[in-house]
Amino acid sequence: MLARDPFPVAVFEVDRLTLDYPSPAGTVRAVDDVSFRAGEGERLVLLGPSGCGKSSILKAVAGFLKPASGTIRVRGREVKGPGPDRIVVFQEFDQLLPWKTVRQNVEFPLHMASPLAKTEIRDRTEATLKKVGLERVLDSYPHTLSGGMKQRAAIARALVTDADVLLMDEPFAALDALTRSQLQGELLDLAEELGFTLLFVTHSIEEAILIGTKLHLLSPHPGRTITSLDTSGFARSDVGSPRLESLSREVHDLLFSPKARKGIPEHV
Amino acid sequence: MSDLSLVGTPAKSQVLDRLRDFARNSALLRKVLVLALLALIWEFSARFSAKPILFPTFTATMAALWEALTTENLLTASWTSLTVLLKGYVMAIAAAFAIVSLAVVSRFVRELLQTLISMFNPLPAIALLPLAMLWFGLGERSLLVVLVHAVLWPFALATLSGFESVPETQRLVGRNYGLNGPGYVWRILIPAALPSILYGMKIAWAFAWRTLIAAELVFGVSSSTGGLGWFIFRNRNELFTDKVFAGLAMVIIIGLVVEGVVFRLIENVTVRRWGMQR
Repeated sequence: MLARDPFPVAVFEVDRLTLDYPSPAGTVRAVDDVSFRAGEGERLVLLGPSGCGKSSILKAVAGFLKPASGTIRVRGREVKGPGPDRIVVFQEFDQLLPWKTVRQNVEFPLHMASPLAKTEIRDRTEATLKKVGLERVLDSYPHTLSGGMKQRAAIARALVTDADVLLMDEPFAALDALTRSQLQGELLDLAEELGFTLLFVTHSIEEAILIGTKLHLLSPHPGRTITSLDTSGFARSDVGSPRLESLSREVHDLLFSPKARKGIPEHV
Repeated sequence: MSDLSLVGTPAKSQVLDRLRDFARNSALLRKVLVLALLALIWEFSARFSAKPILFPTFTATMAALWEALTTENLLTASWTSLTVLLKGYVMAIAAAFAIVSLAVVSRFVRELLQTLISMFNPLPAIALLPLAMLWFGLGERSLLVVLVHAVLWPFALATLSGFESVPETQRLVGRNYGLNGPGYVWRILIPAALPSILYGMKIAWAFAWRTLIAAELVFGVSSSTGGLGWFIFRNRNELFTDKVFAGLAMVIIIGLVVEGVVFRLIENVTVRRWGMQR
């Protein structure tokens, strides 16, 4: 028999990932030797200033970017390209296809991903849209929706597929502050209810602590690991509490200390 | 004061208001007004110049149009032109879609297409007619060659630039679902680029008309029945200027109908409905 993995089975696992970008002046290293893993139901947040390559890492996990070296595994299979087992929620509002209604947008990945019966696709779509509170705009076109509703629909589109891991690239960054905190709360409720595994990218420290059960801090140019933190003990009720404030400050210092700026790797 | 007068005639003012709203908001009404104004200017300037053999009036042209429609088979001639036009148009659009779709996948094909477009797009289709006649003789095939040339390049250019300006996020969404090749073009690129594609189709439609009428003028009879261009040419030879104008009016009317009804309808159920174009 094969030896068992000493850790619980990882849903996704990024091992010594290095990403390069071609540029007119030669290749530029965007991400250097970054490793992390997340188990079932964990929410891992990549946090760092712009230029730390956090979005590039997410794009690599989605399969849009090929690693220069290192491996990415989702449920043990190496990522070779994009696929509907890893649905991405982007920051941009135009991620909903404007020629499809909200319902058709959410059904689209189901049609692509699995040979489900029409009635089942319909039922699952309606149930998921109800979960994100969009049951009243099922047959509206995206251009008639507000920014918050568009992001809700995009989240529904990711949830409906039962994907192995949901990838979210600053999904709330383009929203106003009120809608943002509302959607953060709704995402947490959904995570509690459904227990999905999430890879979330943000540059907001508070959002990272709230959403994540694990933080992975990155330094810029190129992106290197500063440290990993466990934040599973924080809930929405901690907003404004001294405990969260002090952790925020600690994370802030870690991100912006001279050592982090120089990008010296320090694995924890 | 004004309140008092309003109280006196509520029903009447309401009707007037509704009429005014309708007049302001109805695109059809605006269009009809513009056309009526142009016809009026035409009528007066023709009467003022008073040379009916060179510049017939609007009313004389309409009378000639009616006569041509009822007694001289103008409708058949228009239909002859239209069928040739549609054949060439559809062939060229299909070919353009095929090449542009390949250009999306292969960088080499894209380079090839871009070079071909910059070579052939400035070349007037009518300039190819002598060569086409040499190769394919006097007949529909020559007409189709110049038509395809007239439609293919401008439409391919519009479609290619439409594909290239599809938002990055929508491309990634398509790839995220595992779409590639023809499925990706069909399900993501074509709908996302539809505003540009429709624009290209409109431009190409106008180019096709110009080319066909010009070719028929040069070439006379394309089959046993002549087309619209031939109708115009024949009547010019006999100095029936009002009928020449009637033929030109027919070209314009068909253009207006296709632009204002066919393309408008397609836009209303697609890009306007989806909020991709206002």
